[in-house]
Amino acid sequence: MSEKILITGNEALAEAAIRAGLEAYFGYPITPQNEITEYMARRMPEEGRVFVQSESELAAINMVFGGAATGKRVMTSSSSPGISLMQEGISYLSGAELPAVVVNIMRGGPGLGNIAPSQSDYFQATRGGGHGDYRTIVLAPSTVQEMADLMFPAFDLADLYRIVVMVLGDGVLGQMMEPVLLEKKQTHRKLPAKDWALTGCAGRSQNIVKSLDLVVPRLEKRNLMLQEKYRRIEENEVMCEGHLLEDAEIVLVAYGIASRVVRTVVSRARKEQIKAGWIRPVTLWPFPSRQIAAAAERARLFLTVELSYGQMFDDVRIAVAGKAPVHFTGRAGGAIPTVEAVLDEVKKLMQPGKVAVER
Amino acid sequence: MTEKNCREEIIFAGFGGQGVILLGKLMATAAMKAGYEVTYIPSYGAEVRGGTANCSVIIDNEPIASPLVTEPDTLIVMNQASFDKFVPKIKPRGLLVMNTSLIETPPDRDDIEVMGVAADEIAHQLKSPRSANMIALGVYLKKRGLLTPQQVAESLPYVLAKRHHDMLDVNTRALMHGG
Repeated sequence: MSEKILITGNEALAEAAIRAGLEAYFGYPITPQNEITEYMARRMPEEGRVFVQSESELAAINMVFGGAATGKRVMTSSSSPGISLMQEGISYLSGAELPAVVVNIMRGGPGLGNIAPSQSDYFQATRGGGHGDYRTIVLAPSTVQEMADLMFPAFDLADLYRIVVMVLGDGVLGQMMEPVLLEKKQTHRKLPAKDWALTGCAGRSQNIVKSLDLVVPRLEKRNLMLQEKYRRIEENEVMCEGHLLEDAEIVLVAYGIASRVVRTVVSRARKEQIKAGWIRPVTLWPFPSRQIAAAAERARLFLTVELSYGQMFDDVRIAVAGKAPVHFTGRAGGAIPTVEAVLDEVKKLMQPGKVAVER
Repeated sequence: MTEKNCREEIIFAGFGGQGVILLGKLMATAAMKAGYEVTYIPSYGAEVRGGTANCSVIIDNEPIASPLVTEPDTLIVMNQASFDKFVPKIKPRGLLVMNTSLIETPPDRDDIEVMGVAADEIAHQLKSPRSANMIALGVYLKKRGLLTPQQVAESLPYVLAKRHHDMLDVNTRALMHGG
């Protein structure tokens, strides 16, 4: 069990979900995440668990709602256009406070777009995505190993907070292969009993799972309770890494696949005597605002790098709060910023005497 | 394990059905088993039999940050369309292994090392026409010496679908041929 195997990110994520105790998977095919559905189709029946290939994304997310309401560990996976179709269901899950894991292996948009990698669904993922005042916890892996490892906290956080947890990857992370050690990574979280679940009410009072509430003060109270929960999550669940920040004059901020481009850029910049460092948010919501604010006390400027035209960029600016200029570079529509292009941008920004103007 | 800063970025390219995706997986698996860090990225989705297929592999003795290959150290290319697309991307002083059975013109570059191999003809001589990919990989292994053909052959059972395991022997011989 301690031997590394070479598998795709999609397969690593799927196997880890099964090891994390997934009891029912519902999904509808879409590239570049089909390997997840394919893997689940084979492995879930082997484990005596539920696999359903639904007739649509809308059906899949509502099956997730039903499965979650019974207290089972459930998930679905899709890619950008399919995740857009699921937004109504994600809002309902959030309103009913049901735990579920939703995986988005992002592709080029807008619209049907293409099947190449992208990070253009950041706004949708971190702002709720559907209607109403709600949040989903968003986890952003950057390696195939992490595609597997983050599935354990994903299910635990969902159960702990009765919330939707989104795992936000991209086409490269889904399709690429890297050596992976598949282990059961315990989070050692003490999880509450699911005494709200619909398990048959013989011998106890009836449980009701719903998001509809026509009485204004009651729905307001429910919203305030959700807000209080979101503040607790922001307080306790931020995950982030950083490197070379002690003396960094320029801090590059990137997540997922873009963060790996940035690591190479920073090590090359250091070889050219440019004091660069990097921050990688692992949770996109809650966002590591404090860690970025702390770096802003020392750094001269920030550069956000994304496979989009500047979405996380907004959160970095909010966190930096005017203490330093925040710049952006990125590509989308399936294109990926190259190490060379980002390094050129760093050099341009770090030219002596250069007056930094945002963007 | 190996000398410092040993890093190799390879693109494998050909038409769908020539087994270039298999070559990438095979090389990555063998390098992983030899203790290297590896990444493998396929072109995916819109590829069909007869269309172009490619994948990129990085082998390094240090952890790999960016897994994306823009300028490969080595291109192993099996057909003309992929040759036209990828030859301009090879790093200066890089290596080109080309299948001369299907590529007619020599490359229009004098800053790279070129090794031609009539992979399809040799595979036919071995009475295994589908092993042309292994012939090309064998030429590369003999030249670069990062892994031995024997080491790579030992990973064949992990990447070759079980229904093709009758081809393990002939593929091993193709890898050992070395052009």
